[in-house]
Amino acid sequence: MRALVFLVYLFLYAPIALVVLFSFNAGRSASEFTGFSVAWYGKAFSNTFLVQALSNSLFIAAASAALAAVFGTMAALAIERMGVRMRLVFEGLFAAAIVVPGVVIGIATLVALAAVFSILNPVIAGIWPGESPPQFGLGYASIIAAHGLFSMAVVTMIVRARIASLGRDIVEASDDLYATPFGTFRQIVLPQIMPSILAGFLLAFTFSFDDFIIAFFVAGSNTTLPIYVFASIRRGVTPEINAVATSVLVASLILILAARLLMREKKTRPLGED
Amino acid sequence: MTSAANDVEFRSVSKRYGEVRAVSDVDLAVPKGAFVALLGPSGCGKTTCLRMIGGFEQPSEGTVLVDDRPMNGVPPYRRPVNMVFQHYALFPHLDVEANVSYGLRQMRPRIDRREVARRTGEALELVRLGGYSARKIHELSGGQQQRVALARAIINRPSVLLLDEPLAALDRKLRTAMQIELQSLQRELGITFVLVTHDQEEALSMSDFVCVMNAGRVVQMAPPQEVYDRPGTLFVADFVGKTNRLSGVVEAGGRTLRLADGRALPVSSQAPGAVTAVLRPEAIAIAHGEGDGLAGTVTHRIFLGNAVEYAVAADGIGEMLVTADRSAAQTLADPGDRVTLRFAPESLLVFPT
Repeated sequence: MRALVFLVYLFLYAPIALVVLFSFNAGRSASEFTGFSVAWYGKAFSNTFLVQALSNSLFIAAASAALAAVFGTMAALAIERMGVRMRLVFEGLFAAAIVVPGVVIGIATLVALAAVFSILNPVIAGIWPGESPPQFGLGYASIIAAHGLFSMAVVTMIVRARIASLGRDIVEASDDLYATPFGTFRQIVLPQIMPSILAGFLLAFTFSFDDFIIAFFVAGSNTTLPIYVFASIRRGVTPEINAVATSVLVASLILILAARLLMREKKTRPLGED
Repeated sequence: MTSAANDVEFRSVSKRYGEVRAVSDVDLAVPKGAFVALLGPSGCGKTTCLRMIGGFEQPSEGTVLVDDRPMNGVPPYRRPVNMVFQHYALFPHLDVEANVSYGLRQMRPRIDRREVARRTGEALELVRLGGYSARKIHELSGGQQQRVALARAIINRPSVLLLDEPLAALDRKLRTAMQIELQSLQRELGITFVLVTHDQEEALSMSDFVCVMNAGRVVQMAPPQEVYDRPGTLFVADFVGKTNRLSGVVEAGGRTLRLADGRALPVSSQAPGAVTAVLRPEAIAIAHGEGDGLAGTVTHRIFLGNAVEYAVAADGIGEMLVTADRSAAQTLADPGDRVTLRFAPESLLVFPT
């Protein structure tokens, strides 16, 4: 039994460990370790295409995570105020959004965006006073929109769990102590759900930063880091890609760890008990 | 503050949740500066009444007035009323000082910071928590949290202070201490207190008026002594204090209660008809041996220290509860002893059935 467990973990982590190992390989080979070196990291981060893809990815991840955090929190707050039946419906919809495969989200977003653009662009062209009307097309904005939508469901689920554990009575107490509804939100609700919003933001950031499938559908001619990596391995796996993959892995792990720490409930004595 | 005679008034107030009537047609007047306890079994509508004063619930029908102002549609944060919540509902991310000063810090125009600090210190002194201002809420004991909740409410000098089962979470000794503290605080501040409780002892010991509720209605509102000595209905008699029940018929003339087994008991003048008579355990005197009165056999004895409770199987009547003062009974009766029970005719509380 124990050997089996060992094999499972070996199967899971050995490829990743190899990628990390060979990112420090001195030579070009992907099968023969010839000496320790960080040269491939230097090479990777002086590759302008790669750096461009990386900065695209960081910008898209930050923007989509920020959108997801704001709208996800708003959705979680709205769900809290619904009746039981509506709440179940919306919670179900958000849970469904998380389990829908990326391919489906990618295609669906592409089709939806194409439809919107085909209606919007002629209209704008018709009313545009100047010579060259702006054309909406696939690009950063469409990736941000697609990632933001998906991540919003994640943020909503996380924040919703925290709100549900808050308890109605501290909100009522603030209400009773002359705080306006916005005052209660700012002084009581927001400070208490802030860690879960941050956790949601970090998970959304990680998701967007790592996502290949959805981005591949809606990126148009733009390149994110995963798309760049995918394109370049068709020309063969180089230690440069290993270096990039290792960097992404470490960054993602740090973000996910931070999110876990934020989501961990503070251990406090329950109120009202001795 | 206005010169209104009543701080809180209910005018034919009802509250429905769907098909369920939580409160039915309640009329209630809480005099200014009084300590009123809403007492009743769970589900009797007392908490709903309290929440309608606080503004957390709106009446389905009727009007709730605070300071003679109708409160329909007025949200909690615009009512001159503060509440001490059952589980205190303290803000866990704020320290004691920030909890207590919370209400003052919401005021617009803003109250000067030094004034807020001064009044917060005063309020904490009042509940004997001076020096605790920087403590975190989870570092406090239950009793201390209770006092923070109290300070947080009274610092705002509301017209009415609402207390939702405030002592339920405390142990017995602390509860008694807090009862005395609450009562003296109320006298000191002159604020109207409305307390919800299902504990009759709590209601009787602290309040100026007890408002007994059952099934969404007010059954009786009177000073504690009157509620206990002259309960308005059989429900009140049963709910407030311990009772012995005797069923029988008041005969023509209204001076004699004929019990089911044919025995006659003298009563103070009553309307003739079928009745249930109620007798308080402490209204019965117990004497050793047989004599003039109801004979019976002691079945159980519970020694309470300052008093002794007996369960007596009275011949032809059944089990009766008797509370004997220690000063009256020098030698205790033992289970199995034959005893005689006596009581004054006036102590029989008679309710038509």
